[in-house]
Amino acid sequence: MNRRIFMSVYEHEEDILGVVGAARQKGLTIVDVFSPYAIHGLERIVGFRTSRLPIVAFLLGLTGATFMTWFAFWTSAVSWPINVGGKPWNSLPAFVPVIFELAVLFAGVGTVIVLFARARLWPGKEADLPFDGITNDRFALLLEESDATFDPGEVRQLCERFNAVHIEEREVETD
Amino acid sequence: MPDHHTNMREPLILGNKALSDVTDEVCGIIEGKPTRLWWMAFATSSTVLGIGVIAVIYQMATGIGTWGLNKTVGWAFDITNFVFWIGIGHAGTLISAVLFIFRQRWRTSINRAAEAMTLFAVICAALFPFIHMGRWWLFFYNIPYPNFRGPLWINFRSPLVWDAFAISTYFTISFVFWYLGLIPDLATIRDRARGLRRKIFGFFSLGWNGSYRTWVRYEVVYLMLAGLATPLVLSVHSIVSMDFAATILPGWHTTIFPPYFVAGAIFSGFAMVLTLMLIARKVMALENYFTVRHVEAMCKIIILTGSLVGLAYLTEFFTAAYSGNPYEAFVFKNRALGPFAWAYWTMIACNVISPQLFWFKKLRTNLGFVFAISIVINIGMWFERFVLIVTSLHRDFLPSSWAGYSPTIIEILTLMGSFGLFFTAFLLFCRFLPVLAMSELKGVLSYGRPPRPKADSATPEKGEEELASIGSQPERPVS
Repeated sequence: MNRRIFMSVYEHEEDILGVVGAARQKGLTIVDVFSPYAIHGLERIVGFRTSRLPIVAFLLGLTGATFMTWFAFWTSAVSWPINVGGKPWNSLPAFVPVIFELAVLFAGVGTVIVLFARARLWPGKEADLPFDGITNDRFALLLEESDATFDPGEVRQLCERFNAVHIEEREVETD
Repeated sequence: MPDHHTNMREPLILGNKALSDVTDEVCGIIEGKPTRLWWMAFATSSTVLGIGVIAVIYQMATGIGTWGLNKTVGWAFDITNFVFWIGIGHAGTLISAVLFIFRQRWRTSINRAAEAMTLFAVICAALFPFIHMGRWWLFFYNIPYPNFRGPLWINFRSPLVWDAFAISTYFTISFVFWYLGLIPDLATIRDRARGLRRKIFGFFSLGWNGSYRTWVRYEVVYLMLAGLATPLVLSVHSIVSMDFAATILPGWHTTIFPPYFVAGAIFSGFAMVLTLMLIARKVMALENYFTVRHVEAMCKIIILTGSLVGLAYLTEFFTAAYSGNPYEAFVFKNRALGPFAWAYWTMIACNVISPQLFWFKKLRTNLGFVFAISIVINIGMWFERFVLIVTSLHRDFLPSSWAGYSPTIIEILTLMGSFGLFFTAFLLFCRFLPVLAMSELKGVLSYGRPPRPKADSATPEKGEEELASIGSQPERPVS
């Protein structure tokens, strides 16, 4: 099925924030918003739910810590115990630094890998840019035209009110 | 300076730049041909690196008998260099992580270069224990894997093992942090480039397209990494200090070591960032991005950490005197008045006295002066580790085994070589990757500037909070 997309391009952060807010109020379907840098507060205006990645980070950190606790215990007290200065086989307090490092390592590297998977980023992926200057200095708003209430004339006016520098309607294929 | 009666802040980036100016100016550095100055610097540093490589190959082939060590002083130059470089490597992640969490937005001008510097400094540092192993081809014994030697596992109770884990984790996390920050900028370069450069940057920019969904998640992960890296930075030098503190040697066996080492690391790291950025600023014409304001902020951190270091020196002496332990007292008297007194007083002059000059605004806004002091501090911090290691060892419990120490030419060339490696790597970084974090700079560009005059219609009729309460719309896949 094909979707009709209404794209408008802006030059300033305030404009894109304004037009996204207005489009949201009108009940238009926001397909995507593109920007050259992270705009703080945009996700709240679009109504994007809070990311669950912190939970992922926590669980990964916990996994790292658990694994290392077991591993240090198993190697030092079970597999081949060695008497080091008369210290107990299970010297848990002395294992803490390495357990901490492993927790950080698992959480840090793992979360980034999960981010790449979730945001569908991979090496060599062809970038799908709606407009040329996105990574330089342009902001783009993509709206879906399929709604019955969508009135291109009215939307165009709305976009122009927020100093849109370029407006374009295009058909895209969806899978 | 901002007036006390207005709430206008001073802009972080000068020159009233547009978003595209940031892209053009930062990308321009790597898209043009390298300057003469760059070639000269590169030729010098790679020559020094080459000399270092020869020295390293020689000592690896011959053994560490090429060093000036003796039975009494078993740790000296090599470990000094190791601790010195690891200390330098602390500023990068501190700037990216700790300053990020404290919302110090001025960090955006220096974080990229500082993170790169961290990586190179950690590589330089890791080189030294590797050579010190003597039988470096048995390096893999460090890795805990099921082996046919028992299986003989590494000793997780040993601070040296903690150190190996801390440093490799630190390097990995710093690298991931740095790369994650680079992705949007790599995409910017990709979209400007053609041919091979476009292919390479396209490959590493992972198909970044600036969609808000990616940005939101990216920001969350960046914050997570910052939160993880903050305790990590503090842990790494704490653990390095335990290499010493967990022994029973007077002069090393003190509980003050972890905070004292961390303060010293931040101190020397910031000094090195200042050295590099003040050069980069001139050579690459970044005056509008790295301003006197940034230098001042860094000088203030140097005052703080320098004072902490000075306080630690005093505390050590107090503890030695107050403990009533004659061995402890002797080590400290020997430090200040013994054969290495010259090194001790160099350290005091460089680390305790020189940073205090930054209290004067006239001095900390004088960039030439700041540059000179940043080098003085690094010399001082090198001597701190030297004094700490050598003076604690060279006159031990048995006067008959007292010894001196002086480095051989091989050791000095190896230290030089590590500087060659550091600067060669940094110059290559400046040549091939964006020195400034463009996507972050763009975010702070409007900081401290008067707001754009806007039409009434440009303000949404409802507040942000109200809009957020409308509820989320069903998410649709992007085509």
